[in-house]
Amino acid sequence: MNVHVPTRRGLLATAAGFGLSLQVVAVPAMAADPDLARRKVIVVICRGGMDGLAVAPPIGDPDYRALRGILALNDAALPLDATFGLHPSLAATHALAKAGEARIAPAIATPDRARSHFEAQDVLETGAGGVYGATSGWLNRAVDALSAHRKVEALSVGATAPLILRGKAQAASWSPGRAVDAQARLPGLLQDLYRNDPLLGPALARGLATETLAQSAMAAMGPEAPNMTAAPPQPGATPQARQQQGREAARELGRTLAGFMREPAGPQVAALSLDSFDTHANQGAAQGQLAVRLSYLDGVLDGIHTGLGPEWKNTVVLVATEFGRTARVNGTGGTDHGTASTALLLGGALKPGGIIGDWPGLKAQALFEGRDVAPTLDMRGLFKGVLADHMGLDRTVLETVVFPGSAAARPVAALV
Amino acid sequence: MTLADQDLKAAIAVTRFGLGARPGEIATARPDPQGFLLAQIRREGADAAPSNGETSAQRIAALREFQQERRAERAEKTADGQAGETPDPVKMAQNLLRKDTGADFTARVTLAAATVASFRERWALFWANHFTVSATKLATATVVGPFEAEAIRPNVFGRFADLLAAAESHPAMLLYLDQAQSIGPNSQAAEFLQRGRPGSGAQPVARRAFGLNENLAREILELHTVGVDGGYSQTDVTEFARAMTGVSIGGLRDQGQAFGAPVFRAVAHEPGARTIMGVRYAEGGREQSGAILADLARKPETARFVCGKIARHFVADDPPPALVERLTKAWASSNGDLGRVAQALVSAPEAWETPQEKFKTPYEFIVSSYRAAGVRPSGFQKLAPILIALGQKPFSAPSPKGWPDDAASWAAPDAIVKRMQYAQAFTAVATLDRDPKDLAQDALGARLSPDTAKAVARAESRPEGFALLLMSPEFQRR
Repeated sequence: MNVHVPTRRGLLATAAGFGLSLQVVAVPAMAADPDLARRKVIVVICRGGMDGLAVAPPIGDPDYRALRGILALNDAALPLDATFGLHPSLAATHALAKAGEARIAPAIATPDRARSHFEAQDVLETGAGGVYGATSGWLNRAVDALSAHRKVEALSVGATAPLILRGKAQAASWSPGRAVDAQARLPGLLQDLYRNDPLLGPALARGLATETLAQSAMAAMGPEAPNMTAAPPQPGATPQARQQQGREAARELGRTLAGFMREPAGPQVAALSLDSFDTHANQGAAQGQLAVRLSYLDGVLDGIHTGLGPEWKNTVVLVATEFGRTARVNGTGGTDHGTASTALLLGGALKPGGIIGDWPGLKAQALFEGRDVAPTLDMRGLFKGVLADHMGLDRTVLETVVFPGSAAARPVAALV
Repeated sequence: MTLADQDLKAAIAVTRFGLGARPGEIATARPDPQGFLLAQIRREGADAAPSNGETSAQRIAALREFQQERRAERAEKTADGQAGETPDPVKMAQNLLRKDTGADFTARVTLAAATVASFRERWALFWANHFTVSATKLATATVVGPFEAEAIRPNVFGRFADLLAAAESHPAMLLYLDQAQSIGPNSQAAEFLQRGRPGSGAQPVARRAFGLNENLAREILELHTVGVDGGYSQTDVTEFARAMTGVSIGGLRDQGQAFGAPVFRAVAHEPGARTIMGVRYAEGGREQSGAILADLARKPETARFVCGKIARHFVADDPPPALVERLTKAWASSNGDLGRVAQALVSAPEAWETPQEKFKTPYEFIVSSYRAAGVRPSGFQKLAPILIALGQKPFSAPSPKGWPDDAASWAAPDAIVKRMQYAQAFTAVATLDRDPKDLAQDALGARLSPDTAKAVARAESRPEGFALLLMSPEFQRR
């Protein structure tokens, strides 16, 4: 009998099939301040409008049950404090929160109010005050600004280039797949053919360099990782088994990212996307389609945490979505496009604390336009707080270059 | 026109407007490149990709019956005291995907690789992407192909209003954007579900949530017609969603013709007049949302938004404003006749003069590689992993916005490495007995650069020469 032992790449290819992709920006550790140079930040974008009230249900809020109806989590939630819990799919995140290494921002939003995925994702990723305010991503501009002080390299992993990393700083990218044949002539011939091509030349060079980094990172992780021997699901596997396999694949993706970041020339800054959070119908509560997506998110975060090992203490992970969803359950067991959602902040570098920003409550008059969680915190304030205090980015650069025109969105203080 | 201009125009006709040159195609287009394209525009629409002939309704019905059978089987097993086997929707979808969707997708790639009218095919692909239905949901996994065949392809050279009406009432769209289950909160159906049948004293019958779902109404405004800056508000979205209630598909209780087919459920329709973007629509049934769609199709914002998108797709990520202006005028003067807009596109000087900087999507790259080699595509088992690795999973656009088609989205470093790996693998197995120099000349004509020609000529083997051609800067672009 053949025993199928998936390779790491195979397992990661599975992750791609589950709609997971990964982008990384590399910033080699060459800063004057060696402590600062070790600091890492990872941005996880949950695309589709993640339901903040499902991520961190305010089970202690007196209006929660009535508004959420069949979506209410109640006893199933993993408790955080008197008001909030976490979705039961977020078990690893919850464990980190109990250790003071994860916090929630339960009423956070970008400046965009149009409830359009595409416009809101643009604003989330460009960091502009409104749509079409910028064509490059704020993480790219942050890397570019860091480059003024030290050599900075950008790397993006994923089949398509995410807006958050597009811009002046050349972002490399990587996604799971088979290894590049180092003996082949073609890469060299193409580099020559691309020498005058401003798009393909730098892209191929960066792609090949990243392949080398990937091979080194994977070798360093070694073959003994327990997930390497996880068998593929048998025919007729239950949805639970499939969900577990998806979570494992997501965890492997997180561990791989962590492996990159632990390499000596590896990235300090990374971004990663998960999609399919647009739950208009049959969203589910403790179980169901959103619960599955959240288990993948938890898997990625768990993988990053365990994979980073001693580097976790130098790391902050931001989890954000383009908008939240309606506070009320809609007519089809789901939720429609809303406004404020929940962001997660994780990392060994965090200062312990309660919720980030104020909780506006769910009373009818407190809802934004009578339907959505009202935003009390500008997303840019959270991003700026992390970039300033954790990554050491200059305040003026933050206000003028990375998030231009955002002076009113004050950086959240004392996060790290 | 100089001879050199004529050569370049022939190459552009086939590679920019079409899906890449098959051997000899540029020579065919050369006497009259513009006429070569104009001749592909025809009232009856795009070509049909061969299929097993099943309609969307049949596919939807088959999926539902299958789900019912699975549920019944499970109930039986549980009654027998055996461990109840949970139906596995993912696996089920995979089986159906392989059989139906895989066949549909492969047929579409095969058509694209072989057609002598590849401008017509690109035009159809543009509209299929504009009205995206994605296989990312189980309910729509098997109907993307039939949706294109039934709603899109016959209408791509007709009036935009007809294409819009066909797309927004098609069962695949109603399922993809959650319209099928949207119920007017004050409709008879809602009352029945809430209180039980009037006068019967029965218990409420609703076993799951019911009511309004505004997903389709929003995306029609934002993505299909006036665009996000088209001047509508949240209230307009909700009002439009109310007007759309009742537009649904036949279910298990509607045995016969209506099963899986579009139906209008008057009992689920929200009563009352609606006001959308300042226009009042009198109380009515199906005709209420029909009138709204017809008005949206006529709006100048729609013409401008969609024509901008056409120019971006065909010519440049940042298209010449004069081109968008021309297309918008052709749209306005013809009352949204898409055949006339297509004619305006291929007649516009800007569409030919703009440098060939459009970066091919993975689908376009793969199709053009088949066309350059003059071979049939491999089966779905090989095709799917290639497109997944390149970031464009078959029939699975990531959102209702469809696939991006700009260079910034597709030219990431990893994507270039993955394209290189594909080119290596493809040219290693494609049995080519032709000289790569000739292949390069056939594929790119006057667009072939001296650098690429030299690199191909110096290759140490046929596969290497062909791989260099496929990965050359000009083959990657159009």
